[in-house]
Amino acid sequence: MARYDRAITVFSPDGHLFQVEYALEAVRKGNAAVGVRGTDVVVLGVEKKSTAKLQDARSVRKIVSLDDHIALVCAGLKADARVLVNRARIECQSHRLTVEDPVTVEYITRYIAGLQQKYTQSGGVRPFGLSTLIVGFDPYTGVPSLYQTDPSGAFSAWKANATGRNSNSMREFLEKNYKETSGQETVKLAIRALLEVVESGGKNIEIAVMTKEHGLRQLEEAEIDAIVAEIEAEKAAAEAAKKAPPKET
Amino acid sequence: MKLDTSGLESAAPLFGVTSELVDGFSSAPSFELPVTTDFDGFQKEAIQMVKPARGTTTLAFIFKEGVMVAADSRASMGGYISSQSVKKIIEINPYMLGTMAGGAADCQFWHRNLGIKCRLHELANKRRISVTGASKLLANILYSYRGMGLSVGTMIAGWDETGPGLYYVDSEGGRLKGTRFSVGSGSPYAYGVLDSGYRYDLSIEEAAELARRAIYHATFRDGASGGVASVYYVGPNGWKKLSGDDVGELHYKYYPVMPSTVEQEMVEVAGA
Repeated sequence: MARYDRAITVFSPDGHLFQVEYALEAVRKGNAAVGVRGTDVVVLGVEKKSTAKLQDARSVRKIVSLDDHIALVCAGLKADARVLVNRARIECQSHRLTVEDPVTVEYITRYIAGLQQKYTQSGGVRPFGLSTLIVGFDPYTGVPSLYQTDPSGAFSAWKANATGRNSNSMREFLEKNYKETSGQETVKLAIRALLEVVESGGKNIEIAVMTKEHGLRQLEEAEIDAIVAEIEAEKAAAEAAKKAPPKET
Repeated sequence: MKLDTSGLESAAPLFGVTSELVDGFSSAPSFELPVTTDFDGFQKEAIQMVKPARGTTTLAFIFKEGVMVAADSRASMGGYISSQSVKKIIEINPYMLGTMAGGAADCQFWHRNLGIKCRLHELANKRRISVTGASKLLANILYSYRGMGLSVGTMIAGWDETGPGLYYVDSEGGRLKGTRFSVGSGSPYAYGVLDSGYRYDLSIEEAAELARRAIYHATFRDGASGGVASVYYVGPNGWKKLSGDDVGELHYKYYPVMPSTVEQEMVEVAGA
């Protein structure tokens, strides 16, 4: 098997592209990230590894905007992410220039996925080591969407998804607890999913909310702390209700 | 950071680039250049020769119910009328029309090409392209061939999600959004009738009659326009051809021959 994993363009006898699978491993080591689609908002959340004391926290934004109505978070190699995001931003503007229309979320996802796929079929290059969660609103119909891409270049739409570290547990939590929500409820669901795998607290989580009217808004640490407190209170109340015997039989 | 200019890239060759080494798939078809001392002057002359006077009349205008598009059907080569039955309104797709003025081949080819691009856009994005987008695609292509002798003066009319749309696009690379346009050698005459009769709240029949009259008057005064006045209507459900009237018959409809009082009658004189 070792012979088939050096070059990206070589299939192994049992049909694997090992370089792509190793790229997926890199993604699994990246930060936990979650995305949830509501009826009128889309929420992105990502785990924030504690910044070093001397590091300027503002320069390590993980949730980036591609255009006024599209935002993205990725898990995996940060340098690859920067390059991919730049190409996507150029494509968003290029699309505005050639058809005088903002991109749809599906279009830009298809572009990013196409780019990731191109790097799995060329000689001398390696795949981008990241998976992305892309959210946004359709410029005309106003419908919110959430898409995910991965290093192989595959993409699909999701109601809620997670990627990066411990994404399986987050996804299980989302599958169990997902309901159509709107506004603050969607934000809470995203934070609850993240809290499954991340240490609790506003300084370990980065959350951004996108609405049709106001675009992307990063939540302040204080806001996140408040919501986390709410969630903990709700959890405690639920625990208490379970433990105490029912008053009426 | 390079902007993605693949939409603006020309498919035609740059000057003087003929290379057998270049792989046929990636390079554009190229041709040998003539041997002259003054290539620029030669080019200018060639363009002047090819640049027809756009012997035609086409018009389009937006009104309350949608877009009205009309054109004549005469093709002329200098003083020779080569055809009286040219289709100058090109059906790009069921909800978009283009008009032809200038070189017939150029217009027909590039409109078909635009139709292909619009269809591909639909398939890739699962929604129809807007009139804005379609006219921009055409304008970008024509701009990349600027100076190479294309002669296209076209109007793209259609109905999309934002309602009726009308754009004027030409081979100089210009693109204008507007509510009333007329293109061709007969356009001054058509504008006269169109501008004086235009109201936004015309009904479909009134607008069709206005368009028909404008084309008729242009064919009356302009020698390079004539044949059949075709009128199309573009509404929320797509375009529909409303009428195609021979302008000779229209003339007698608008100005019927009045029987005039006879002043002198010729009588058979019995053989003297």
